[in-house]
Amino acid sequence: MMNIAHYVPLSPLLAFVINIIFGRKLKSASAAVAIAASIGSLILSVKVYQGLSFGYGSYHLGQWLTINGKALNFGIIVDPLTVMMLLIVSFIGTLILIYSTGYMHGDIRYSRYFAYISLFMSSMLGLVLSDNFVMLLICWEGVGLCSYLLISFWHERPAAVAAGIKAFVTTRIGDTGLLIGMLILFFTCGTFYFCDLATVKGPEPLMTLAAILIFTGAMGKSAQFPLHVWLPDAMEGPTAVSALIHAATMVAAGVYLVARCFPLFVAHPIALETVAVIGAISALMAASIAVVTNDIKRVMAYSTISQLGLMMLALGVGGLSAGTFHLMTHAFFKALLFLCAGSVIHAVGTQDIQKMGGLFSTLKITSSTFIVGTLALAGIFPFAGFWSKDEILITAWNNHHPIFFGVVLLTSFLTAFYMGRLIFLVLFGKSRSDLHPHESPASMTVPLIVLSLFACFVGFIGSPLKEAGRMEAGVETYWIMLASSVVSISAIFLAYFVYLRGFLPVSIRSRFKGLHDLLSHKYYIDEFYDFIFVKPCALLCRMAYSFDFHVIDGLVNLVADLAQSVSGVLRKFQTGFAQNYLLVQALGLVVIIIWLLKI
Amino acid sequence: MTPLGYFTLMSAFLFCTGIYGVLTRRNLIGILISIELILNAANINLVAFNKYLGSSDGMGQVLALFVVAIAAAASVVGLVLIIAIYRNAKSVFVEDFNLMKE
Repeated sequence: MMNIAHYVPLSPLLAFVINIIFGRKLKSASAAVAIAASIGSLILSVKVYQGLSFGYGSYHLGQWLTINGKALNFGIIVDPLTVMMLLIVSFIGTLILIYSTGYMHGDIRYSRYFAYISLFMSSMLGLVLSDNFVMLLICWEGVGLCSYLLISFWHERPAAVAAGIKAFVTTRIGDTGLLIGMLILFFTCGTFYFCDLATVKGPEPLMTLAAILIFTGAMGKSAQFPLHVWLPDAMEGPTAVSALIHAATMVAAGVYLVARCFPLFVAHPIALETVAVIGAISALMAASIAVVTNDIKRVMAYSTISQLGLMMLALGVGGLSAGTFHLMTHAFFKALLFLCAGSVIHAVGTQDIQKMGGLFSTLKITSSTFIVGTLALAGIFPFAGFWSKDEILITAWNNHHPIFFGVVLLTSFLTAFYMGRLIFLVLFGKSRSDLHPHESPASMTVPLIVLSLFACFVGFIGSPLKEAGRMEAGVETYWIMLASSVVSISAIFLAYFVYLRGFLPVSIRSRFKGLHDLLSHKYYIDEFYDFIFVKPCALLCRMAYSFDFHVIDGLVNLVADLAQSVSGVLRKFQTGFAQNYLLVQALGLVVIIIWLLKI
Repeated sequence: MTPLGYFTLMSAFLFCTGIYGVLTRRNLIGILISIELILNAANINLVAFNKYLGSSDGMGQVLALFVVAIAAAASVVGLVLIIAIYRNAKSVFVEDFNLMKE
């Protein structure tokens, strides 16, 4: 049963091929093709999940390459981590494809959109099935490509194009690190296989470096500080794409990579420490920016960075099960939140939360599911986020990391606060502009309802990896649950008083103006990068362009101009008028006659 | 008897006028008429030389008649072409037909 796993990514790949070739003919049927392929993947994933009870491991489909005398196989790995990712990607992917039929209705590149999503799903499923770094890297770049294509999907908008380029270049920095890291690993230990990572031995500083470089790839893909800048801009893409790629699945690929290479990180404590520190910085920084952001999708984007930071932190403090469990619950409730945001944007036609308000009365279904997602993200008992965040807190505490424990608590306070701010500003209170919202079609609301059910209950199921973590947690950790609940609920109440009741004196506002400016400029990181990297690079490019334009092109143009001026003289003879030719002919005849008469 | 030189001078004058007309006329009809002048110049020569060379069978005159008939046929074809061109280009002026240059 296990060795059917490699068919899972083939089904969306087929849908991609069909849609990209026959998309124009298929028109709206292309959505049906993509959804059918996605459901096929889901069924196969469930079969693979059922086969998991018969044992797991990896199997080979055949030899691919020989590098340095070592064979590299098309290897497929099937274990609880992979199966969890397979189920998440195919299930959420299916829901989002259904949602997209409503959200993208009437778009001029409708079939192209579904082709890209299918390609993305295929790459993502291939990524989690790869049992070696080389195949993983190929799929890794595949999802990066789809991310680029879908961010810039509405390429009539310059901002979307710029965001796509930014995402591609920023993640490429991380990918380069990943490539170097895996090559170091190969040339010192001679293996690309994940299953060998637990036993590899190599010279010490080099191995730590390799682990950190692999983590760099994860940083780029999972938008961790300092490579987080692309994710908020990536919100230029269609919202359904943001939900699937930039919230639920692709950005979790970095977390997946670290989890997959976990033995390597455990063996090198400095690398593991780096993961935790980067995760902590990202979690706190992004959560604090989300508090002042006014664009509904950007709030979600920063929230995603923050939650991915928490996953990294969980892995960094040694909580493999906690990190992957949070990955799973987050995939559900963040996809839900993004789809809700999409539904809200669809209804009101703006992304600015300052212009919304009082939408609860008109958007009943969207609002209810939005609130469920918010409670899940804020970590309120008994929603999904509560269990996974609790898991992270317990791991951090049990592994004696009080600072990281504090960071998680502070992050969950900020998370609950900004999510509270979001729902109080968007759904409740009075409408702040004369919008005429209307509820979205059933194709959009049904996925919302399904996902919100999962956001409620997925925490109880627990991931296949969860059991071990629970066991060692013990009974005396109930105070942690209590503490996290108190923190989250108090943050939501604070948000209620500040944003709905307007309970915030002006004097306090003005005192924190400097902090507010710092946060609303995203810690000036974009400006810093612009000054350090973009400006010098642009200057270099302009110089190169000017050299190319004046010197290289100048030489070529000089040759062309010479040829043209010479031919310009010759061209004068060819007037195109028959009479001119006839005149020359007559004159020629006269000359011949004179010549003949002389002789 | 009128000297042969008169006829040939007359013929040369007609021929040159025809050539000049062909080369300078802008109007296609004018060019066609000029071609007729050239042909008639040749005809005068034929008839005159037939008389002065004293051939008894009148070969030159027969040939001139042939030329007249063929010239009539040729001008018909020419006129047809002009009408065809005019229908396409809405013009009878040669400077509008520089397709060879394009």
